Amino acid sequence: MFHLILFLCFGAICVAGAINLLVQSHPINSALSLIVVMASLAAEYLLLGAEFVAAVQVIVYAGAIMVLFVITIMLLNAGKEERTQGSRIATLVGVPGVAIGGLLVAWTLLHGSNGEKVAIGALPGDPKDIARLLFHDFLLPFEVTSVLILIAIMGAVVLASRPEAIARPHPHSSAPAVEEPGELVAPGKER
Amino acid sequence: MSITTFLIISLIKSAVVIGVLLTVVAYSVWLERKVSARIQNRWGPTRVGPFGLLQPLADGAKFIFKEDLTQPHVYKPLYIAAPTISLVFAITSISVIPFGNWVNLGPWGTYLQITDLNVGLLVVLAITSMGVYGIALAGWSSNNKYSLLGGLRASAQMVSYEVSLGLSLVGVLIMAGSLSLRDIVDAQHGVFWGFIPRWNIFHGQTLGFFIYLISAYAETNRTPFDLPEAESELVAGYHTEYSSMKFAMFFMAEYANMTTAACLATLMFLGGWNGPIFGPVILQDLLPVFWFCLKVFFFIFLYVWVRWTLPRFRYDQLMSFGWKVLLPLAMANIVYTALVVALRAQYPGKFF
Repeated sequence: MFHLILFLCFGAICVAGAINLLVQSHPINSALSLIVVMASLAAEYLLLGAEFVAAVQVIVYAGAIMVLFVITIMLLNAGKEERTQGSRIATLVGVPGVAIGGLLVAWTLLHGSNGEKVAIGALPGDPKDIARLLFHDFLLPFEVTSVLILIAIMGAVVLASRPEAIARPHPHSSAPAVEEPGELVAPGKER
Repeated sequence: MSITTFLIISLIKSAVVIGVLLTVVAYSVWLERKVSARIQNRWGPTRVGPFGLLQPLADGAKFIFKEDLTQPHVYKPLYIAAPTISLVFAITSISVIPFGNWVNLGPWGTYLQITDLNVGLLVVLAITSMGVYGIALAGWSSNNKYSLLGGLRASAQMVSYEVSLGLSLVGVLIMAGSLSLRDIVDAQHGVFWGFIPRWNIFHGQTLGFFIYLISAYAETNRTPFDLPEAESELVAGYHTEYSSMKFAMFFMAEYANMTTAACLATLMFLGGWNGPIFGPVILQDLLPVFWFCLKVFFFIFLYVWVRWTLPRFRYDQLMSFGWKVLLPLAMANIVYTALVVALRAQYPGKFF
């Protein structure tokens, strides 16, 4: 009972954060609302009994990814966004879309789950179970995903490094290439 | 145990732990001032009480009565929220730290810990990783170039060193086979050859211990990694615009984080409350807590000692040290530990 009340409270906080995320016009307030959404989702996982997933949710999403969002907003010094009326199509398609989506989710929850529901606090969330799934049963997909992430990182590095910084042929290639005198900068630290 | 008893015991435990934590925070400031004074051959606080022992109370009163300035150019909601966020997460992270064994109090018994989770270590890391927001938002909402630079430096530094801090603990996790802080301490029970305690620092995790120690200094923004508030270039960094109790909250958050980092180092590498136990029953209950406090005190003293001994790093040195030295070393430590544990499981008795 106590758990159910807490669960509903955090659910309400989560939805309120999500709505606030859309309503706020300043990017940093939106980012902070997203952190609230992430953190209350973690609390929901914790109440369901998935302690490991809850901790990882906070560490990865609220603690790492959102910090980068906030740093980016701080660095760009993004101001308030302008409010426009929005396009008519967005209203015409969006409102019925949300209604249909909500109905589908509600119908699935009420009828489609075959009566199999997880009680609060009964979700198997032991780190050992998750480790067995990740490193034994689904080892190949897990490793392939990590390679995918590695490729994404390398792509980001390539995109971020300026093309002119990659060694160009010297225009006067007959003369011996003279290193430009300058301060010693570690690779990757060029300004 | 009924729900009422549980609630009452939890409330008492929380109140005691938070009270002790705040006292430790106040007296580590006193310790810092005394030790720095001795290192620089002066006296430090001597006027208020014997050895200046009441100085923290005087400081607290001073902070409360100082004028609370709010500059007109700050972004007010976040400017006010930032110190609160810092302090709240700094204090919350103590909630899963165990201080000792099971104790019996009349008809009830309890672990000396607010709550035991099977992912206790991850919870501490998660909560401390949220503390970055306090500093980053303070820097941004102050609307001041020094504050912004301090906030940016702090967030970049804390995100970078969190990686090597987390990885340095993985070796210990492999040895203990659990994420629960209580299980990790229990795995360090016993001695080698009759006298060397079976603590992780003497049990193959020496490298991990030093990586953790260095990363913890960077995580708590302490010298030699106190670039976020480097006073010679940034005035006071992210808390330049803060005064009175708001500044004191950042100050308390820093020392509370130090205490948590010291507790974690004790639990993960120095065997927690393990130590010689002797004497009557009451002493046997209290000695583990004493050993735990002694080890935590050692780490807090080390923090102070390092602060008044080493100069500050340069920013590029800080970043390249974190990413190019500590991170590869931490990964090597994981591979080495995993290899030893696997060999030990394969050939029992060959490796101690």
